[in-house]
Amino acid sequence: MWASILIASFGTYAEKLLGYLLPVHMLERESVRRMTGLLPVSLLAALVAVQTFAVDQALAIDARLFGLGVAVIALLLRAPFLVVIIVAAASTAFVRWLGWLP
Amino acid sequence: MGGKRGGRGTDGGTGSIDRNALGIGIATGAYALSFGAISVASGLSVLQTQTLSLFMFTGASQFAFVGVIGTGGGAVIAIVTAMLLGARNSLYALSLGPVLSPKRTAIPITALLTIDESTAMALRYDQSKKASRRAFFATGISVYVFWNIGTLFGSLGASALSDPGILGLDAAIPAGFLALLWPRLTGGSSSDNRKMWALAIMSAAVAMALIPFLRPGLPVLFSALVAVAAALLWGKTSRPIEGE
Repeated sequence: MWASILIASFGTYAEKLLGYLLPVHMLERESVRRMTGLLPVSLLAALVAVQTFAVDQALAIDARLFGLGVAVIALLLRAPFLVVIIVAAASTAFVRWLGWLP
Repeated sequence: MGGKRGGRGTDGGTGSIDRNALGIGIATGAYALSFGAISVASGLSVLQTQTLSLFMFTGASQFAFVGVIGTGGGAVIAIVTAMLLGARNSLYALSLGPVLSPKRTAIPITALLTIDESTAMALRYDQSKKASRRAFFATGISVYVFWNIGTLFGSLGASALSDPGILGLDAAIPAGFLALLWPRLTGGSSSDNRKMWALAIMSAAVAMALIPFLRPGLPVLFSALVAVAAALLWGKTSRPIEGE
């Protein structure tokens, strides 16, 4: 675990460093700029889906989906980050406690 | 970001810069509480969690790293996912280089502090080099301090619990990713936002379709191909991603 933490930390730091060491004209590459802007959207959306529905290698609907729905409502109401996360966790725990969803 | 240009003095007084920087720091610090808790719930120790906040110091990558580890995706996939999400920091650094013109000796610390928030602030206060620098460092340092304090309290809090799952922390993870994604879906013009929603839904669908067939972690990596396809497709017709 430690090795992967250090490698990942070094890797993401190196990405930051790289930007200051590369020549500025790299920025002109429209395709590079566009792709870097779109990558987080794809990855984060995929992470939302996987973390909501995956149980190992199967798909399941459980209390996490309810929590995510509550998070969406909180985001639409412009709640701050921490509030979004707390209401998602609390509502998930609540429907589990009620026994409505696993 | 960058939408609040009006109603501010042309000199962008250091008082307003510092106040904004502090506010952003406190907000992200609160978010770090959940990162600390989720990281421990995913199986990392308090010290390992803190190492990520001290040295990786880029929220989305940190969340993704512990998310992949927590679902059994394995080290290599966790590292690659974190780095793909961190790739945008290279781009930030590239555009900040001419704005901040850091001395050679200052580059290591400037690089560490290069994140969404500090970049947005540096580019927002772009009326002078001095203002940009102050905005960048005030925000970067403020977020760094609060992010690390928040992480520590969050991880200590979660490690004191017998079963973090009982608090619904597993649902906090996708909610956290969604909160990170949200500004990218709602922050642009309406036609940009539509494209981002389409991209997000396609990516989520691809990842879900692959879950039964690939080991945990890999479906998320494959979704990156949707971004590549979209960049190629939209590159021919329009320019959906504009800088500030």
